[in-house]
Amino acid sequence: MFIAIITLLTIAVIFGLVLGFAAIRFKVDSDPVVDKIDALLPQTQCGQCTYPGCRPYAEAIANGEAEINQCPPGGENTIVALADLLGRDVLPLNPENGEVKEAKTVVIIDEEICIGCTLCIQACPVDAILGAAKQMHTVIVENCTGCDLCIPPCPVDCIYIVPEKTSANNWQWPHPEESGSPVS
Amino acid sequence: MKTASHKVFNFHGGLLLDEHKSISTSKQIEQAPIPAMLVLPLSQHIGVAAKPCVAIGDNVLKGQLIAKADGRVSVPVHASSSGKVVAIEKRHVPHPSQLKSECIVIETDGRDSPVEAEYTGLTNYHSLSTDELRQRIQDAGIVGLGGAGFPSHLKLKPNGHHVDTLILNAAECEPYISCDDMLMREQAPAIISGLRIMQQALHAKNCMIGIEDNKVEAFAALQTAIDDSDDSDDIEIVRVPTRYPAGGERQLIYSLTGKQAPSQGRPLDIGIVCHNVGTAAAVHNAIIEGKPLLSRVVTLTGSGIPQPRNMHVLLGTPIDDLLEHCRANRDDIGRTMIGGPMMGFVIDSTTAPITKTTNCVLVTHQRDVKKPETALPCIRCGECADVCPVNLLPQQLYWYAHSQEFDHIQDYNLFDCIECGCCDVVCPSRIPLVQYFRFSKTTIWQQEKDTEKSNKARQRHELRLERLEREKIEKRERHNRKKAALKKEPDKSEDPKKAAILAAMKRVKDKQVATNISPANTENLSAEQQRKIDEANARRAEQNKDKNGS
Repeated sequence: MFIAIITLLTIAVIFGLVLGFAAIRFKVDSDPVVDKIDALLPQTQCGQCTYPGCRPYAEAIANGEAEINQCPPGGENTIVALADLLGRDVLPLNPENGEVKEAKTVVIIDEEICIGCTLCIQACPVDAILGAAKQMHTVIVENCTGCDLCIPPCPVDCIYIVPEKTSANNWQWPHPEESGSPVS
Repeated sequence: MKTASHKVFNFHGGLLLDEHKSISTSKQIEQAPIPAMLVLPLSQHIGVAAKPCVAIGDNVLKGQLIAKADGRVSVPVHASSSGKVVAIEKRHVPHPSQLKSECIVIETDGRDSPVEAEYTGLTNYHSLSTDELRQRIQDAGIVGLGGAGFPSHLKLKPNGHHVDTLILNAAECEPYISCDDMLMREQAPAIISGLRIMQQALHAKNCMIGIEDNKVEAFAALQTAIDDSDDSDDIEIVRVPTRYPAGGERQLIYSLTGKQAPSQGRPLDIGIVCHNVGTAAAVHNAIIEGKPLLSRVVTLTGSGIPQPRNMHVLLGTPIDDLLEHCRANRDDIGRTMIGGPMMGFVIDSTTAPITKTTNCVLVTHQRDVKKPETALPCIRCGECADVCPVNLLPQQLYWYAHSQEFDHIQDYNLFDCIECGCCDVVCPSRIPLVQYFRFSKTTIWQQEKDTEKSNKARQRHELRLERLEREKIEKRERHNRKKAALKKEPDKSEDPKKAAILAAMKRVKDKQVATNISPANTENLSAEQQRKIDEANARRAEQNKDKNGS
């Protein structure tokens, strides 16, 4: 009887130590599911999903608070990827969150009109607008995610949406069925 | 020279195609006239575009540097003739996208006056270090003239690898193109001299020249040039069977050495470097003559050109000028291609100029332009896999490209595809396979760029949140500090006003003591008066207490 208690206690202590050690040594800082979801989101940080940024939306999906069809910039590809990751059904994009843009866009500031109010700078989620109070502002185009969050705060409506420029560097061959181009 | 008993390895697949080369090789290479306008794109090579170093209105001389190399993976651009810079703007360039690209436009003055050379020609280049050689080659603006346009100085750097064999690609396997053939016939000594210079830069042990066995005259010319050179023991000239794409870099390397360059690697990884014959001639011109790359040989051919020929063309010459010079009837032209019929691309605007990589302008008469045939479903016959020179499975790649499964398509080594077009030719269903592969490649690259961009956006967003949080904490701390400073009882001695009052009171007290005068109304008070004073004092104390407490 006594020996049995001692043995069980010893085993309990050993396992306790092992588990305690593992809890510290292999500690996971954040929920890896959230990271995985976050990696699939387009990172426009536009808030169209009703959450303040892509990561909060990822957390909401992980907690089962949000559906996977609330991200218009990601479109169908993101929904399919999320469904794949989470083993959920593919849903059509929720129209309440917005529509898929036909082409990728960025914004530009008409620097002639800009009054330097800094409101757009405060709205930009990725710090892609450069400027200071009463100084001209400009968009760092290569960092612009096309979230359009800077447009509503602008008091003089000097921010325009333009399609992303195609150059020889980012040009893509068209799909053969769409282009119908001749084959030599 | 070693005799040509070299064993030739046969690469997989390939096709015997109608050559159509002899129509453009009957005459000697002709000098194209100086055009009225030169359009020089800043990016005629793979890598970073050159930076203009002239302004609109500047007069430039032939050979003058007009755009500097921007970094290591870049080459400069020189004015091909003398004249005046009239524009630096976007113009049509020979590119499959038909997009415009930044160009320097020079109005020529016809005098062709040369600039004072940056480097003098050297016959004894052995005194130069390999780095100096490479620098001169970069400064001359030399890129691979075979068509890819990779900066040549980068391909002349062993990067710690031991270079066993330097291969000169003289195969020129694509139908219609004959510019390398004609260059070898006419400038074989320059090619061999350039080969020697490249050999020195690479410290290569052996040199090999791979030439298709249909180029009899060029072979003879090269052989003579090698025999005439001083030391001809380490150059081997090997004839490979004429079979498209024998001139593909990896196919030629395999044919000559039996070695295969690693799938994702470079030939340098197996100690082999491959250059085009045109590049060798350009290297000769740069080092021995001290001349930058200002012109190249271009084949003008096809059924839309009355007399197909090869021409020395100044870089930047608009294709229109060449068509006019060849008296091509503009109404008859059905299609203009840059490069050969297999790997070339169609251009919509013939205002585009000849660039460093334009080896051929293929003009098809409109009666010969076939309408694109409708693709039928793949029957999985496997013909494409039989002819694929890279041993890929085009039908499988097509399967995934068609359904846009870009993860799976890479499992079948999509990126090893050299886009030679053999599979297109043999496909009984007329499926534009290469189009699908090009589409898949560029889409995958774009997806990779998008992922990179979204990672950057995530990082920037997180940094922004961190910054906002930090600013909030700092603001609160600042606020707290200010509040604490207000609360603290101000030191009386430090306030000049209070000090003055105190000093005045002290003076009065001193005076009172000195004169022994006391206020007359503080003594002999009645009980009533004393009570009122006490009340007043109590009230004052109460008020002070309230004031301090608030």
